[in-house]
Amino acid sequence: MTDIDQLERSITDAIAAAPDEQAIEAVRVAALGKKGTISERLKTLGAMSPEERQSMGPVINGLKNRVTEALAARKSELKDVAIAARLAAEKVDVTLPVRQSPAERGRIHPISQVIDEIAAIFGDLGFAIAEGPDVETDYYNFTALNFPEGHPAREMHDTFFFNPDEKGERKVLRTHTSPVQIRTMETQKPPIRIVIPGKTYRQDSDATHSPMFHQVEGLVIDRSANVANMKWVLEEFCKAFFEVPSVKMRFRPSFFPFTEPSLEVDIQCDRSRPGEVRFGEGSDWMEILGCGMVHPNVLRAGGLDPDEYQGFAWGMGIDRIAMLKYGMPDLRAFFDADVRWLQHYGFRPLDMPTLFGGLSS
Amino acid sequence: MKFTLSWLKDHLETDATLDEIVERLTAIGLEVESVDDKAALKPFVIAKVLTAARHPDADKLQVLSVDTGSGAPIQVVCGAPNARAGLIGAFAAPGTYVPGIDVTLSVGKIRGVESHGMMCSERELELSDEHNGIIDLPADAPVGTSFAAYANLDDPLIEINLTPNRPDATSVHGIARDLAASGLGTLKTAPVETVAGKGETPVKLTIEAPELCPGFALRLVRGVKNGSSPKWMQQRLIAIGLRPINTLVDITNYLTFDRGRPLHVYDARKVAGNFTVRRALDGEKVLALDEREYTLTPDMCVIADANGADSIAGVMGGEHTGCDENTTDVLIESALWEPLNVARTGRHLGIITDARYRFERGVDPEFMVPGLELATRMVLDLCGGEPTEAEVVGYAGHEPKVVSFPLSEVKRLTGIEVPRDESLSILTRLGFKPLGNGEVVDVEVPSWRPDVDGKADLVEEVMRIHGVDEIVPQPLSSHDAVNGKILTTLQIRSRSARRALAVRGMMEAVTWSFISARQAELFGGGKPELKLANPIAAEMSDMRPSLLPGLLTAAQRNADRGFGDVALFEVSGTYEGDTPAAQRRVAAGIRRGTARLDGAGRSWSGNAGAVGVFDAKADALAALEACGAPVDRLQIEAGAPGWYHPGRSGVIKLGPKTVLGTFGEFHPRTLEALDVSGPVAGFEVFIDAVPEPKAKPTRTKPKLELSAFQAVKRDFAFVVDKAVEAGTLTRAAAGADKKLITGVSVFDVFEGASLGEGKKSVAIEVSIQPVERTLTDEDFEALAARIVENVKKQTGGALRG
Repeated sequence: MTDIDQLERSITDAIAAAPDEQAIEAVRVAALGKKGTISERLKTLGAMSPEERQSMGPVINGLKNRVTEALAARKSELKDVAIAARLAAEKVDVTLPVRQSPAERGRIHPISQVIDEIAAIFGDLGFAIAEGPDVETDYYNFTALNFPEGHPAREMHDTFFFNPDEKGERKVLRTHTSPVQIRTMETQKPPIRIVIPGKTYRQDSDATHSPMFHQVEGLVIDRSANVANMKWVLEEFCKAFFEVPSVKMRFRPSFFPFTEPSLEVDIQCDRSRPGEVRFGEGSDWMEILGCGMVHPNVLRAGGLDPDEYQGFAWGMGIDRIAMLKYGMPDLRAFFDADVRWLQHYGFRPLDMPTLFGGLSS
Repeated sequence: MKFTLSWLKDHLETDATLDEIVERLTAIGLEVESVDDKAALKPFVIAKVLTAARHPDADKLQVLSVDTGSGAPIQVVCGAPNARAGLIGAFAAPGTYVPGIDVTLSVGKIRGVESHGMMCSERELELSDEHNGIIDLPADAPVGTSFAAYANLDDPLIEINLTPNRPDATSVHGIARDLAASGLGTLKTAPVETVAGKGETPVKLTIEAPELCPGFALRLVRGVKNGSSPKWMQQRLIAIGLRPINTLVDITNYLTFDRGRPLHVYDARKVAGNFTVRRALDGEKVLALDEREYTLTPDMCVIADANGADSIAGVMGGEHTGCDENTTDVLIESALWEPLNVARTGRHLGIITDARYRFERGVDPEFMVPGLELATRMVLDLCGGEPTEAEVVGYAGHEPKVVSFPLSEVKRLTGIEVPRDESLSILTRLGFKPLGNGEVVDVEVPSWRPDVDGKADLVEEVMRIHGVDEIVPQPLSSHDAVNGKILTTLQIRSRSARRALAVRGMMEAVTWSFISARQAELFGGGKPELKLANPIAAEMSDMRPSLLPGLLTAAQRNADRGFGDVALFEVSGTYEGDTPAAQRRVAAGIRRGTARLDGAGRSWSGNAGAVGVFDAKADALAALEACGAPVDRLQIEAGAPGWYHPGRSGVIKLGPKTVLGTFGEFHPRTLEALDVSGPVAGFEVFIDAVPEPKAKPTRTKPKLELSAFQAVKRDFAFVVDKAVEAGTLTRAAAGADKKLITGVSVFDVFEGASLGEGKKSVAIEVSIQPVERTLTDEDFEALAARIVENVKKQTGGALRG
């Protein structure tokens, strides 16, 4: 065995034995560095005779090339091992929980969601949304709506009053959203198509009555709107709102001071399953709204000639239809801000009611 | 308004079933609230005890053989002491539900002997409390037939929910008239005959308050015998929930319901002198029939005799002159009272009576005198006696209203074509008198319909009798264009603010608009014009000046239930005054415990810290941004209202005057007063104060200019006085070159002894975007020098060495 062979054996052994990239680098420097064993051999070529050089040149250069290749191969091999080791070391328990996104935690109150649903439906029917103040004058809440002074009809509303002012007039918390009918007529010429969601107040409190509740009022005024149109609008609304292909509704003659003729409306439903109401089926009737043709005195109060203009109006409880649709049993819980209730009955912020995407998911 | 089916049939000839009648009542606007068809009593049959033998194993039991009319005798074990052979009583077969003991019977063995049913006591049928023995009927009671029918207990009871506009339907007669008009039978009320009286009524009556009493009819009947009223009358009164008293009183109650005509009877021997109808004296007292004393005011009307006020007009009679079993001479009153006055008097005194119910809605003036005649007739028939002539005082007669009615109104308002003859026939059947042949007829309104004033009222009459169901829904004319924006700016902002805050992990609450006076005052409210005169509870007396107290107390309620880390918000109204403009639209929110944006509580990846002023600030800015506020132009200043922590709160302003919001941690005294424990931080933004966006001629966005040159960042640390606000420093740095500097952020704030007393270090990162060329080292040096110079000028700070 030549010493070249011996050298090659020892370098190859060293490469094979190198445990990491640092060791490989040491082997490379020892063999191919400036003073490396192979570099030293190469330097001896210059002092050789041409013949010697001819035979030794390829031998030493061959050695250099093989060692270089072996170094590269081993280096790559060690890098793979190092990466594998690092990856193994970096392994985590991916079943550890992450924090829930804030958008998943947040909730929209059912009242706001239902108002958005109502707006989506009536927007499609060409209605605008109007609003008005909670603190009202007796005129807007009663007199302009054809509640005569002292009439028993005023007693149907358990009104919250403020203390009388120096003129003896006392403001009220509006008992219904109907004052906005007058405010709208005062500022807007027909044709009028509006819905008015908002807070209303009556001095009453039990599982189905709350001193503060929410109503949505509708008003259509033009030169032809009649009871037949009103029935259509309300039936279309109920179908769309309760998301059923058909509903059966019962219109009963009734009385409200601000409409004539006046009607109350029941919707057919099935309440045979505990805690659940299904619409469009069943044999129960549930009252859901009051409506009627706007009383001539109300049109006059709004500055309109009742022989020229006509229209209809309706009002229903937002909380009530929310309870019917989504099954909350107790109205009082709406105003308690219990986070467990909000979490359960509330809506995710990105669940936006639209007609094209469905009102509720 | 309650009545029984048989009572209705006194006035209405009809073959209609109970169900048909009930359905029709609701369909014509007399909404049926409930029907008790007495079905529970139907299974009980009249049965005769054939034999009664001692039970072999029980002293107090007997074994009966009972004939129920259905064939072979039935064996029944019975414990009633009065059970005996020959007794006729009420029998319940196995399978029958017995209401008084709440048991459905089955065949059972009692002490070893089979019993196939039960002979019942009155208590077991819930007829009375009688339970000393089983029901014992007269010998002629027909065995095998319905006990309920025999005892007149099968008369279905109907209750209607009467709307306040229909005084005519406060009587069985009036309800029958409506049903007849709707085609469900024929009205058959017997006509009222005039009673011939003898001699003048000795008690005279003077009306001193004609504005409150438009008429009064009175008559004396001498020599009456006032015992119990007949069974049929008692049964009807009991059925509708009235207690029979004596015949004279029962007649007045009966006619109140039968004809909607409230009446009153006085024991003539207890009346002193003559009657005067007058206003009450201030503080005058009356002992009324309910044995209570009422103190009156001159707004109220009384019937007085020589001893003073006796009855409260239209509301309740007086105790002193009431009729009892010893009454022999009776004065019968049929009067008219001003409806609003009766309503007010009843409301102020807190008296609800069947008379008030009718007078405040308006009784038929033309039935005042017939009502007296009818009452007299019944008194004579049931109590005997000799009547005087009726005395009628003050009644000027009824001037009927006439409404001009274009028949086309029916189609115009309802959309349905009702033939002319049909419309007129409906009105005629209801008692209206249409006059004329043209397209517009004059319609005379009957005296019992004070609610009908105009043509729309007549449309309602035609519509409800013709049938609302006949009206076929017709689509509303559709708009001929794509619908535009339907929300106002404020509505859009409210909606956006809600979604923006919910996306930040907060839950929307809806809290009361009224809070306690103490809470209102804590948050700058409590104005006298915002205090309710009649709050539902003491702690709900004042309109809220802020959404924060409601949210803070809601958070505490949740904490008390074990949920301390809550983030709540509300977008709603607050009240600065009682005018529409003083109602503000506000978005507010609070975070409690560790309910921060990233999540609350502990986690393996790092625990959430306590909430603080900057959580609230971030929420406030997010809400404002969602509402379209120019967030980059807002100023944040100290000086939030007193309910906040003075050193950890801020005000958000747009320009020097417009306050858009406040935020911060809360003053410990505020939390203490609200009984709320921390840590808690919150904000309130006034979304109605955000300027209306400018109307833009185009929706095109400004052109996007992208620089080709690499953006770079440079860090600076300045030592400034502790009082220098970071905002001032960053504004100064940004102002050094508004073209090149695109952003300045604060990445470190440090205070330490090494900086010197009262100093702090603020480290900023400046983002630089070259626009024309790559910047050279010299360019950067020049820019850095300008930044340092500007900061020095504005804050007195120096680059940290």
